Amino acid sequence: MKMTGAKIFVESLKKEGVDTIFGYPGGVVLNIYDELYRSDIRHILVRHEQGAAHMADGYARASGKVGVCLVTSGPGATNTVTGITTAYMDSIPIIVFTGQVPTNLVGNDAFQEADTIGITRSCTKHNFLIKNVKDMARTIKEAFYIARTGRPGPVVVDIPKDVTIDSTEFHYPEHIDLPGYKPIYEGHTGQIKRAIDMILASKKPVIYTGGGIISSDAAKELLTFAELLKTPVTNTLMGLGGFPGEHPLFLGMLGMHGTYAANMAVTHTDMLIAIGARFDDRVTGDINEFAPEAKIVHIDIDPTSISKNVEVDVPIVGNAKSVLAEMNKLIKKDKRLKEFLKEIEDWKKLIKQWQESHPLTYKEGGKLKPQFVIEKIYELTKGNAIITTEVGQNQMWTAQFYKFSKPRTFITSGGLGTMGYGFPAAIGAKIAIPEATVIDIAGDGSIQMNIQELATAVQYNVNVIVAILNNNYLGMVRQWQSLFYGKRYSHTDMSHKPDFVKLADAYGAKGYMVERKEDVLPVLKEALKSKLPVLIDFHVEEEEDVYPMVPSGASLKKMLLA
Amino acid sequence: MRHTISLTVENKFGVLARVAGLFSGRGYNIESLSVAETLDPAVSKMTIVTSGEDKIIEQIIKQLNKLINTIKVVDLTVTDHVEREMVLVKVSASGENRAEVLRLVDIFRGKIVDVSPDTFVVELTGDEEKIAAVLNLFKPLGVKDIVRTGKVAMQRSIQHNDKEKK
Repeated sequence: MKMTGAKIFVESLKKEGVDTIFGYPGGVVLNIYDELYRSDIRHILVRHEQGAAHMADGYARASGKVGVCLVTSGPGATNTVTGITTAYMDSIPIIVFTGQVPTNLVGNDAFQEADTIGITRSCTKHNFLIKNVKDMARTIKEAFYIARTGRPGPVVVDIPKDVTIDSTEFHYPEHIDLPGYKPIYEGHTGQIKRAIDMILASKKPVIYTGGGIISSDAAKELLTFAELLKTPVTNTLMGLGGFPGEHPLFLGMLGMHGTYAANMAVTHTDMLIAIGARFDDRVTGDINEFAPEAKIVHIDIDPTSISKNVEVDVPIVGNAKSVLAEMNKLIKKDKRLKEFLKEIEDWKKLIKQWQESHPLTYKEGGKLKPQFVIEKIYELTKGNAIITTEVGQNQMWTAQFYKFSKPRTFITSGGLGTMGYGFPAAIGAKIAIPEATVIDIAGDGSIQMNIQELATAVQYNVNVIVAILNNNYLGMVRQWQSLFYGKRYSHTDMSHKPDFVKLADAYGAKGYMVERKEDVLPVLKEALKSKLPVLIDFHVEEEEDVYPMVPSGASLKKMLLA
Repeated sequence: MRHTISLTVENKFGVLARVAGLFSGRGYNIESLSVAETLDPAVSKMTIVTSGEDKIIEQIIKQLNKLINTIKVVDLTVTDHVEREMVLVKVSASGENRAEVLRLVDIFRGKIVDVSPDTFVVELTGDEEKIAAVLNLFKPLGVKDIVRTGKVAMQRSIQHNDKEKK
């Protein structure tokens, strides 16, 4: 049967199992919107296209499914670019369908025309321009396949208006034929054996894991691996939730705001086992002093991540889940394991000392402390909530003081560091997992970047909670100015801002203001019961800093401790 | 060090921009790039000459491989291969120079493809050394303009050393 491009679009989404999309209509996507009107795909109308991209991203991170958004050409498309880049940097599978001016006008500087393919080429895993309706179904199939396989990532599909009007036979392809795209999942057996030899010969091992554990669903395998080797584990920001936060082998996060024990452990280790992590500069500090005495095994699905920043002794290209499963099988029956476990005892004692001498802490007294608020959120949700964050101090305190125990419960913009991410991501996560408690831990700066999505949350009864750690500053930048720029607070004063309680009210959400310690728990409890989205404005200590801190570019052992 | 990379890609809209964008976005050098369709019109071949430390070259090759439209990447520098470049040279040729130019063209097996009363346009093909040698000899005679294609390169059918296996 012949169908229009718009109808094929909707049918193809159904074939991919898409039940929810985030979008904003406009001129060139009207035919698609007309089809959506007749379909049972749920469409969430956002208030700004950046919100749509972040919601699709939060939806993808929470559920493991591909997040989908649909926007119009020109400004609709360009507004999604920050969201696409956010997903790209953190390897999140989303698909952004953008409308385009009719093919005969492409290149003519037509109304609402932008070179979407050109603009998004460097921030997508791949992108497509559909020039003929005959390519519609196949392109959508390829887009989903590329987004979710290998190292996942965002894909943009640009659809000119005339292609949505033209008709052809609808046939959704069964198979994919991409001659240049064959992701490798299984690790090389020889390399796996070499890695095990190296690990079992070491005396001071550390496991360092990132987002790859979460995207490959390898948390179970990692737990077995760490427990078999009785070896401590540190996570990157993206890796939090990949290993239980309360586990005795867990060292906390490493890097710029990592724990003392984690940073000391990677500095002194003789065997760094890196899994699904990419040696980002916020993790390594001065690269020449990062794990200087260590042999390095690096497991990653993306060959370009290996030996990019740090020379690696044993690279293993593959999916973390299958490589770890294979390693666990071999380690279990390895006769050297017993001796290894004995040999690493001293090292583990040393780490214990580091943990005990320098735990994460903050000084009580004075105004309400932001860390206290996060501790209470943890206490109340018992680590079972989905927590999103904005970017800056709120993000780092959350990473430090909320003990994540399960994958896909910590949703944050790690690579790009996008302020304004957390709130729409929380909405996306809640829509993906409606039964979950979803809390965005925000700052007073970040929350204002996508505050318009309160209308979306209210419209669709998405009862997320936004906990604003309001310190009247762009806190992280102020912290740098305080430490490295002689306290010259150049344009970081945020004290001019709306009354968040009234603002919540104006949008039809529920607002609270909390200043006193003793009000934190009761208000949080009330918020958890709310059927409406909730904004809680916590007035916290204004000049509280995040510690430990490794100054940018310094060695990890040069931590500022308070 | 300089490397000649042979890149087999799907012959699709925007592939050249993806390759060029990869180099510019990550700050890699391109010394020359040539591209055209192969026997199979769905496939194109690019020859890219680039330079950098071994670590950079390794990244370039991996990044090229990562592009969805890339079918195959070969670093020809570590294999036995042939390289050729074509150059068009507009050289002054008046008076006694005319005979000298003709002689040089003959020695280097070039061709005169355009003639005017005081210039010749010479077509020459060869590897890097040969092109450099000819241009050096033409220079004193007066080179008015040159246009080069950039290198094309192909692996030899028989590999005499095992550099590639490394």
